Amino acid sequence: MGRILIDGNEAVVRGALYAGCRFFAGYPITPASSILSGMLEALPPAGGMVMQGEDEIASIGYCLGASMAGLKAMTATSGPGISLYSENISFAIGSEIPLMIVNVMRQGPSTGAATRGADGDVHFMRWGNSGGLPVIVLAPTSAPDCFTLTVHAFNLAERFRCPVFVVSNKEIGMTRETVDLDRLERPPVIDRAIHREGAFLPFAAQGPDGVPPFLPLGGSVPVRQTSSMHGPDGYITTDPHQIQALVERLTNKVEAHVDEFSFYDLDAQADARTLLVTYGVTARAARTAVSRLRAQGTPVSLLVLKTLWPVPERVIRRAARHADRILVVEMNLGQLVHEIRRVLCAQQVDFFGLMCGRLIRPSEIVQEVCRD
Amino acid sequence: MTSLLNPSRPPVFCPGCSHERSLHVLDRAFQDLELGAEDVVIVSDIGCSGLFDVFFRTHAFHGLHGRALTYAAGIKMARPHLKVVVTMGDGGLGIGGAHLLAACRRNMDLTLLVLNNFNFGMTGGQFSCTTPPTARVGSAFLNELEHPMDVCRVAAAAGAPFVVRRSVFSTDLKEKLREALLYPGFALVDVWGGCPGRYMKKNPLSPKDLERQVAEAGLWDGPVEENVREEFRTSYAARLGHGEPPLDWQGIEPFYEASLVEPCGVVLLGAAGERVISAGALLAETALRGGLHATQKNEYNITVMRGPSITEVLLSPRPIDFTGIEHPGVIAALAPEGVARRKDLFEAATEGTLLLRAADVAVPESRARRRDVDFKGAGIGRKDRALASLVLIGQATGIFSVEQLGQTLRQTVPEKLHPAMEEVFRKAAALEAT
Ligand code: SF4
Repeated sequence: MGRILIDGNEAVVRGALYAGCRFFAGYPITPASSILSGMLEALPPAGGMVMQGEDEIASIGYCLGASMAGLKAMTATSGPGISLYSENISFAIGSEIPLMIVNVMRQGPSTGAATRGADGDVHFMRWGNSGGLPVIVLAPTSAPDCFTLTVHAFNLAERFRCPVFVVSNKEIGMTRETVDLDRLERPPVIDRAIHREGAFLPFAAQGPDGVPPFLPLGGSVPVRQTSSMHGPDGYITTDPHQIQALVERLTNKVEAHVDEFSFYDLDAQADARTLLVTYGVTARAARTAVSRLRAQGTPVSLLVLKTLWPVPERVIRRAARHADRILVVEMNLGQLVHEIRRVLCAQQVDFFGLMCGRLIRPSEIVQEVCRD
Repeated sequence: MTSLLNPSRPPVFCPGCSHERSLHVLDRAFQDLELGAEDVVIVSDIGCSGLFDVFFRTHAFHGLHGRALTYAAGIKMARPHLKVVVTMGDGGLGIGGAHLLAACRRNMDLTLLVLNNFNFGMTGGQFSCTTPPTARVGSAFLNELEHPMDVCRVAAAAGAPFVVRRSVFSTDLKEKLREALLYPGFALVDVWGGCPGRYMKKNPLSPKDLERQVAEAGLWDGPVEENVREEFRTSYAARLGHGEPPLDWQGIEPFYEASLVEPCGVVLLGAAGERVISAGALLAETALRGGLHATQKNEYNITVMRGPSITEVLLSPRPIDFTGIEHPGVIAALAPEGVARRKDLFEAATEGTLLLRAADVAVPESRARRRDVDFKGAGIGRKDRALASLVLIGQATGIFSVEQLGQTLRQTVPEKLHPAMEEVFRKAAALEAT
C-alpha cells in the first residue's frame, strides 16, 4: 500500500469517515479548522451532512440533536471552543448522548497563541462539566494514532453513550508526516445498541454500570430526551435514590470499563529504575530521548498514555512496579502529573514541563532524567 | 382527531398562566393537522416554557437555556420528515439571540413559538429582552435603561420568511399556528401572554391590554414577502451525493533511493507570497518518493499575506519520533521576515549546517557553512526562491537529484504549472554550475 504524507487533522477526518460519522458541525478555529474543511470535502458527497455553526455552542448543539436522531456525530475545536461547549458537554454526559469531540489544543490561557501547540486542556476536558462526571479522553501521538483513536472514540461514544474526546495538539493536527498505510491500525466499527423489544424507557439500563439501549428521535416510538435530572422514564425526578443511582451509573459505565480501552505504549527496559510517563506530541520527544539515554548507557523505561481519562490506573501501576523514580513530562505546567502522583502515592514522582509554544526537546528530557 | 397532550403529565402552570392557553391551542393545531405523536418533536429549553415538551406525548427534547433552535436544527437535518416545534420564552430568546438570527437566515423548516411574557417567570420575574421600560420587574431599575426588542422585526430583518404576532387570546391563534406548522420553512410565532405568577403582580395585564399592546407593536400575519425562498434542508438535500468524495488514501511506492544516512532538518525562511510552504511540500513529497520518512510543519502570521512564511521539513531514513529540529541540516535564508522570526535556528546551527543565504538577506552570525546565492542575478524572482532552493539543497546534500525533484513535481503538481516551475529548476541548476 505504501506511504502517504498527511497531517493529524486529515487523519481524524478519515478516521471519522471510516467509523461511520454521518454528521459534523463545527466553527472555524485554528488549529482545528482543517477538520471542518476536510469534513465538508468528504461528507456531503458521500451523503452525510456538515454544518458550520453560528458559534461553538450551536455547533455542538446541532451535533446533539443529530446524534439523538440517530446519526454518528462529531465536532472539532480548540481550547477556547471547549469553553463554549462546556454546558452542552455536561448535557451529553448526563443525558447519555453519543458524541465525538476533537480538541486540537493550542497554547492558552484564553485566546493564547492560536498557532502554537500546548497540552493545557487535560484537566479542563475532564472537569469542565457541571456535576463533575467522567468523560473519555484519548490522546494521539501522531497522524496514524489520530486515525485509529478517532475510530476508537466513535466506538466508545456509541458503546457508552457519552462524549468522547480525541485530544491532539497543533503540533500533531497540523504537522504532515509520512504514514505507512500497511501498518495503519483499523479497528472494527461498533454501533450503539438499539432497543429491540418491550416497553421503551429512554434511560433504563441493565445493572449499575449499564448503558440504556437507544431509540432515535423521529422513529416510530416517541423518545424523551432531557437535560434535567431524570428517572429511567426520562421525566424530571427529585427522588434522591433515583438520582444517586443515575449519577453512579453514569460514572461506573465509563470508569468500571477503563481496562477495556486503556490505550498505551510501554517500552520497558529490564534494569531501568526510572520510568518516563508522557502523552501526546511530547511522547515523540521522549522516544528520541529514550534511545539517546540507552545509547549512552542509562537504562530508562517509557510509558506513553493514549487513554488519559479515565486514568488507566492499572496500566500505570504495572508500568511503575520496578521504578524508583517516575518522571512525568507534559507540554503544560503540570496536569496529568497530579493523577500519576495520586495513583503512585508511595513513589517518587517528578515533573518536567514547558508551555512556551515550542516542543519539549529530547535533550531537555535527557537532562531531566540524568538530573536524578 | 386525537389530542397529543400527555395523559400522564397534565399541565402544572400557575393558575391563569398564558402558557397553558398556548399549550391547548397548539394541541388543537396538531389535531387539525392530524399529526401523530411520532410525527412531532417538541424541542424546548429552560424556563416555564420549557415544560411544554413534558405536557405532550410526542418526541421530546429538552435542552439548555436558549439553545433549543440548535438541537432542533440537528434533529431536522437528520429527520427531515419530522415536525420540529421549538418553544422558548423571551428569556431563551435573549440568551440564544445568535441562534435566532441564524435560524432566520437559514430558513430551515422549524416552527418556533416564542412564549413572550416579558420577564423571567421561573427565576423571580427579572427583566428580559422584551420587558417594557415602564414595567416593574425583579431587576430593580435595570429594565428602565434598556429598550425592549421587537422579535418580529428582528426576525424579518434577519430573513425569516414567516412571522406571526398574536396575543394568546387572539381568536385566530390556532389558525396561525396551523399555518406556521404547515409553512415549509422557518416560521416564527410571537405569542404575547401574561405571567400571573410574577410579572402581573405589579403589572396588571388584562386580555384587552394585551390585545391593545400587540396591536400597537404591530400584528404580523405570516409570509414575509421579501424573505420567501427555498427551505434549507431541501436545498441541502439537493447537494448531497454530488461531487467527488476525496479518493481513498493512495500509498506512494518509491521510484528512487534517496541518499541519506542521518536525519536532516531543512528550514526554508521566507516571506508571505513566496510559495515557501508549497516548496516544503514538494521537498517532503520528493523525500517520500525516495523511500524516506518526512515531516513538514509551517509557520506564518494570521494575516497570511504579510510577514514571515517558514516551512520546516525533517527528512530521515528511519521513522521520525521528535518532529522538531534540534540542529538544522540546511537553513535557506530567503527573506528577512523569515530570518527575523527564527533567530534561534542560527544559534542551533553547527559546522554541519548548510546555510544558503540569498545575497540580499542579512543573517545572524552562526557556525553554519555559508553559501551566498544570487537569485536575482540568475533571474529567479522572489516567488521562486524557495522552489529554486530545493535544487541547491539536492545538489549540496546529494539526497536527491534535480531529475528526481522534477519527477516528483510532475506527479504532485497540476500540469499547467510544470513549464514555469521546470524553468526555475533550470535556472537554479545553472546557478550551481557558475
Ligand atoms: S411563573 Fe409565570 S410563566 Fe411560570 S408558570 Fe407561573 S405564571 Fe406561568
